[in-house]
Amino acid sequence: MTQGGTRRPFFSIRELRKSFNGKVVLAGIDLDVLEGETVVVLGASGAGKTVLLRHLNGLLRPDAGEVFVQGIPLSGLSEDEMAPVRKRIGIVFQMGGLFDSLTVFENVAYPLREHTTMQESRIAARVKELLAMVELEGAERLLPAELSGGMRKRVALARALALEPQAVLYDEPTTGLDPLVTHKINLLIRGLQKRLGFTSVVVTHDLKSAFVVGDRFALLDQGKVRFVGTEEEVRRSDDELVREFVRTAL
Amino acid sequence: MGMTEAMARFVIEVGEVGLLTLSFVRQLFRRPLGSRLVVEQLDNIGVRSLSIVNLTAIFSGMVLALQTGTLLAKFGAKIYVSRLMGLTLFREMGPVLTALMIGGRVGAGITAELGSMKVTEQIDALRALAVNPVKKLVVPRVLATMVMLPVLTLIADAFGIIGGMLIGVTELGLSATYFFSSLMQMTQLRDVFGGLFKAVVFGYLIAIIACEKGLNVTGGADGVGRATTATVVAASVSILVSDFFLTKLLLSFSL
Repeated sequence: MTQGGTRRPFFSIRELRKSFNGKVVLAGIDLDVLEGETVVVLGASGAGKTVLLRHLNGLLRPDAGEVFVQGIPLSGLSEDEMAPVRKRIGIVFQMGGLFDSLTVFENVAYPLREHTTMQESRIAARVKELLAMVELEGAERLLPAELSGGMRKRVALARALALEPQAVLYDEPTTGLDPLVTHKINLLIRGLQKRLGFTSVVVTHDLKSAFVVGDRFALLDQGKVRFVGTEEEVRRSDDELVREFVRTAL
Repeated sequence: MGMTEAMARFVIEVGEVGLLTLSFVRQLFRRPLGSRLVVEQLDNIGVRSLSIVNLTAIFSGMVLALQTGTLLAKFGAKIYVSRLMGLTLFREMGPVLTALMIGGRVGAGITAELGSMKVTEQIDALRALAVNPVKKLVVPRVLATMVMLPVLTLIADAFGIIGGMLIGVTELGLSATYFFSSLMQMTQLRDVFGGLFKAVVFGYLIAIIACEKGLNVTGGADGVGRATTATVVAASVSILVSDFFLTKLLLSFSL
């Protein structure tokens, strides 16, 4: 993967700070995610990875600092003004965030029905195409409660891709899955990213998965970015925490 | 919990409900209304509450007739039972009992539904898909409850009268025609409409409190349970407290 150069950042995070009930979670994060690359945010549980991810599409608002999406500062936008930005960013939640009263088909069709003027027949075709992309054909009529963990992630991914986003955020995409399914989901994430070329941010505590899906890796520790680099740089790093992470994960 | 802390929490709660009301009003006037969602809630909140409301109403009417009838009989005035009953029923018991039943059934249901959506990231999923949760979830529920509660109250009034008439005929020895015509003589349209006006206010209170508690759930399934209980308590208390002030208000108009 080529670094920087002519590519512009899709996400720019500057001095991002966030506390909950007096507990500091993000203590000044600086990070750029370039267009088309996949950055994996690593860190122990409770390191603030998910909190950081939720700032990228404005689900959380920072106490201080700024997130720019393609140069647009999010702090100036109201909840409703955030809509055009959010349509460009898909997100796969840790538990999928599927609407449990709707079928798989209706879940994937939801953003299309909300935000496009597509005819029902075109929506049906598009949903079919999306489910094929995540290798889940024929599951249209199932309800989320009837799905396995891996299937839920796939449906969530299909829904996130429905509006052809320019970036996709993943919150612990493989947590709670068995090793085989984990591997399949990782390959799927990587394959789709290569095929569709979108920018991705993946939050995980699993370094093995990280190396499959990521171009660059950022390690969060105590509310700050402790390390950013390529796989090569991660493996060569003499940072104590990075080495510990590599040692325990592989 | 200390007194000051309890006060502070109460003020915060009221503030949250106020803020949600503001964004409810803002989203209410944003097109499209989403009438399909409203109709769905009208069915869920109204139609499916009918049997529980009717059952409560008919027995309350019977009790009311029995109590007032026995009391009035001591003064040889049991022929007035339907007049007294009508006033109590239309002005107070119809709207308040219906609201308390709906506060339990519908209020708890709304909080549980929105609360479990909150803890399973479905509310965040809506926001992430650029859909406003207030528009999608709060507007149809509050609107439907405000429309359905007066309708249910009116039906409850009717069933209450039927219950009272049943007792009037079987226990007090009044004729059904007399019971009814005496009731009509005393009751004014104002009494019925006053009760329905109360029902609209109660409907708003139940639904907005239930939505607020549901959207602010934290702490998983346990949190959903706690919020649901809190909704029933808060809705019931605000129905009874606001009933006093609404009664004051309505009486000041009728003088």
